[in-house]
Amino acid sequence: MKPAPFAYARPKDWADALKLLAAGARPGAGTQSLGPLLNLRLAQPETIADLRHLPDYAGVTAAAGVLRIGAGTTHAAIEDGVLPGRLGEIMAGVARRIAYRPVRNRGTIGGSLAHADPAADWVAVLPALGATAIALGPRGERRIPTAGFVTGIFETALAADELLRAVEVPVLPAEARWGHWKFCRKVGEFSKATACVLALPGQAPRAVLAALDAPPLVIEDARALMADPVAEAARILDGFPGLTAWRRTIAGAALRHAVELAGVA
Amino acid sequence: MTAGQAARAATLGVGASLRRKEDARFLHGLGRFVGDIARPGMLEVAFLRSPVAHARLHGVTKPAGAEKRVFTLADLGNVRTIRANSALPGFRVSEQPALAGGKLRHVGEAIAACVAGTRAEAEDLVAACGLDYETLPAVHDMLAAPLPTQPLIHDGWSMNAFLETRRDDDVADLDAIAAAKVTRTLRTSRQCMAPIEGRGVLAEWDPRLEQMIVTTSTQMPHVTKSGLADCLGLDEGQVRIVSPDVGGGFGYKGILLPEEIVCASIARLLGRPVRWLEDRYEQLSAGANCREHHYVITAWADRAGKLLGMDCEATVDAGAYSSYPFGACLEAAQVGSILPGPYILPLLRCHTISACTNKPPILPYRGVARTGVCYAMETTLDALARQLGITAQAIRLANLVPPDAMPYRNLVGKVFDSGDYPEALRRAVAAFDPDSIRARQAKGETVGFGLATFCEQGAHGTSVYHAWGIPFVPGFEQAHVRLSPDGVLEVRVGVHSHGQGMETTLAQVAHEILGVHPDKVRVVHGDTALTPYSTGTWGSRAMVMAGGAVAEACRQLGERIAAIGAALLQVQASDVEVADGKVRRKDTGGSVSIADVAHTWYRAPQNLPPGVDKGGLEITAGYRPDPDTGTHSYACHACVVRVDVETGAVVLEDYLVVEDGGRLVNPMIVDGQVLGGLAQGIGTALYEEMPFDEAGQPLAATLADYLLPGTTEVPDVRLDHMETLSPWTTFGQKGIGESGAIGPPAAIVNAINDALASLGAEVFDLPASPPRVLAAIAAARAARQ
Repeated sequence: MKPAPFAYARPKDWADALKLLAAGARPGAGTQSLGPLLNLRLAQPETIADLRHLPDYAGVTAAAGVLRIGAGTTHAAIEDGVLPGRLGEIMAGVARRIAYRPVRNRGTIGGSLAHADPAADWVAVLPALGATAIALGPRGERRIPTAGFVTGIFETALAADELLRAVEVPVLPAEARWGHWKFCRKVGEFSKATACVLALPGQAPRAVLAALDAPPLVIEDARALMADPVAEAARILDGFPGLTAWRRTIAGAALRHAVELAGVA
Repeated sequence: MTAGQAARAATLGVGASLRRKEDARFLHGLGRFVGDIARPGMLEVAFLRSPVAHARLHGVTKPAGAEKRVFTLADLGNVRTIRANSALPGFRVSEQPALAGGKLRHVGEAIAACVAGTRAEAEDLVAACGLDYETLPAVHDMLAAPLPTQPLIHDGWSMNAFLETRRDDDVADLDAIAAAKVTRTLRTSRQCMAPIEGRGVLAEWDPRLEQMIVTTSTQMPHVTKSGLADCLGLDEGQVRIVSPDVGGGFGYKGILLPEEIVCASIARLLGRPVRWLEDRYEQLSAGANCREHHYVITAWADRAGKLLGMDCEATVDAGAYSSYPFGACLEAAQVGSILPGPYILPLLRCHTISACTNKPPILPYRGVARTGVCYAMETTLDALARQLGITAQAIRLANLVPPDAMPYRNLVGKVFDSGDYPEALRRAVAAFDPDSIRARQAKGETVGFGLATFCEQGAHGTSVYHAWGIPFVPGFEQAHVRLSPDGVLEVRVGVHSHGQGMETTLAQVAHEILGVHPDKVRVVHGDTALTPYSTGTWGSRAMVMAGGAVAEACRQLGERIAAIGAALLQVQASDVEVADGKVRRKDTGGSVSIADVAHTWYRAPQNLPPGVDKGGLEITAGYRPDPDTGTHSYACHACVVRVDVETGAVVLEDYLVVEDGGRLVNPMIVDGQVLGGLAQGIGTALYEEMPFDEAGQPLAATLADYLLPGTTEVPDVRLDHMETLSPWTTFGQKGIGESGAIGPPAAIVNAINDALASLGAEVFDLPASPPRVLAAIAAARAARQ
């Protein structure tokens, strides 16, 4: 199918982009999700504001213990090592397993987060890394912890007049231990269950359970999960009563494997 | 490789792995598909399709101001419905309108066609149309469909079934004498064939020729021509079908499409070319389906595993309409005749039903019914073996037709031409290390070894098809060969090559007979105006039928060439031979080239001998094997799988195919055919599934939901060939194109069941998806408790 008619706009700067947004434009980044929705006519915006040409939309800056990643940074750039250090290593490992390389070449970290598909990778991973979403609105920038950014299926904490400008992720020490496990029936397929665990020296480990047709569940203090993954996973999954038996099983497997991979079980 | 095979491989003819002549254009992006072809003034078509599975259609409201760009059935004028009848007794014929009339019978059925300058604008018109209908309960379950409780899909029918067939051998006494008996209920999922190129139709009316020229992505241009002429009320001289490069057929393009009738009608009404290109959403949600079988199967065996008889209740979900030309009952009605497979089966009771449901019609997909039947037979054999405590290899060796029985006529009258079936099995098993698999199992690993043996009837002709009574019966295949003035050989065939590499293999055949270099042979196909009639490319028939026809035409042309060459050499025709592109004196070796013979005929006829054959250097020759009951290639598939009992995921660790396709005209192309089919068989086994809900809605309408195996899901496969010639074909070749897609579900599920045997678990339904595998393990655990 082909999209319904829409106007294409290319904002020259961020103020222009916000004006377009206020006028009802739908923002587009890599359009790897929006494109199919347009083609299937499930999305029929009057105007698409193509953000890709905005200044500093892509790229990484380091400051005061965080990496600020422009929302337009592609999965491929992250896969190819645009982020330094232990954090870069972890995020490259996640990026490498997002869909297929042609999708990663265009798809962006910000576009994926703002689209808020519950099965998407950054939706699960960024809260585990303690990342903060930087929203830009008419009143300037606003910081939203990614743990609360995705509020529903395809729903976020962004206000109607806000764009996702960047994500800020705390850099990680070399000793950071990381576990990330997802189940896809084939390479490149959307995850059917994802879990992540981040363990930093001297801090309670953090875990995320995601891709269960719901916003990610962020477990800020995952010590109980580390101590008894099987029992704790069962308790956590009681909070997802709608899952089929198989989905519940692999979600439990995801939590256990993430704990194992983080090496703290 | 034998010495004979090695000698053949060194030639350019039959048996050589020549690189494909057609690949240069495909690899350089120069292929020409329907989507690449446009005409001045062309309009694009988008279809308004049924959003519901079953309804009374009251009307379509056209968008104001665009009434003349929206076509309903009433606007098309006098077009006939598609009727794919069968002579089998009791067949109920469906009337498939080009656009829905009073009733909607499946989601995606075309209701109106909208035309505009671009596809997007045509879709805007579709979105602006109004639709008035009254929803009826959907018939979505093929097992319930024939029951009197179900609403009738076709008015005037007595039940929702196209056909029932019965074979009633008496199996009542087998319980008393059998050492083992198993009963299994098995199911294969509904699938969508997914060639990379979907369907596409470009129709234009030529007022000079008074001819409808339809460029369409089809495997069967001549059959499409007959069907289209009939539906449009034109004579067959008024329809020309051009099938350009086609990006995969697999059976999906062996159908007369309602869209072809609609596009042709509109092109004539408007006097402008119109084109419709199927997109992936249409292919998955509206295009024809395939494969959905259900079996309740019982087998009895003696202590050694020898089959005593089988009882099979088979149901196939044929969808809402009988597709032209193969019809709605080819799959189910074949179950009874192909269930015995490569085995000696003394008794068979078999009842089949082709259920009619509110789903898109089915088409025969690569392997046709064999993929499901092989799955039913092979998993049942393994269940018997487990009950008897013998190996999967032993039970097959106890039942396979032995080589000294060839040619063998089985209980349903199928005649196997040649082969050593047990040897294929032995070679397959010998390529594995069963002890190491058993040792891993003993350590608690859920790994398993699985086997499937089967045979594939290909190139079956008149004697088989006349009994079906469907709209065509394959007869003599024809080829036309023309020696051009410069010595280039043009070969015209009515089959269509869309991945089979026939532009290469038929050139190899011509080279084999005439010695013309394959680079100097041009194979023309895909245009009814340029090629002799053929039923087309289906049923693994082209290399046997068109290969035989090209060889025969070249042989006859060779006689003409020899006569002229002999005159030029001033000897008798009996004193020369045609070889290496030359006419050569047998005694002195003195020769004249075929190109010189051609030059003489066309450009220097003053040098022709008196009394020369006036027929010239063009020949149309016909060919049919005798007998024409079909070749039987056969294979053994063997694999090792690892099952993750935590998630239900299945990993293919190793996969081997031992295949016998008789003489391999181009072994490299045969390998490609087997590997491509295998990928599709892996899809059937592990991934592909088009579920429908109770309202008859398809639930996997994108490729994010309809899972196809990709490069990472298909393992490196080991291929081994045997080469037992068919006694009935020109070079001993056998049809082999579908084989790869037949064995994988049976071999893979047998391996899964072997892996799960220690848990007492068994998978019954395809695909063996992670949820199904885990459910099988859970069911076994529950049964133990």
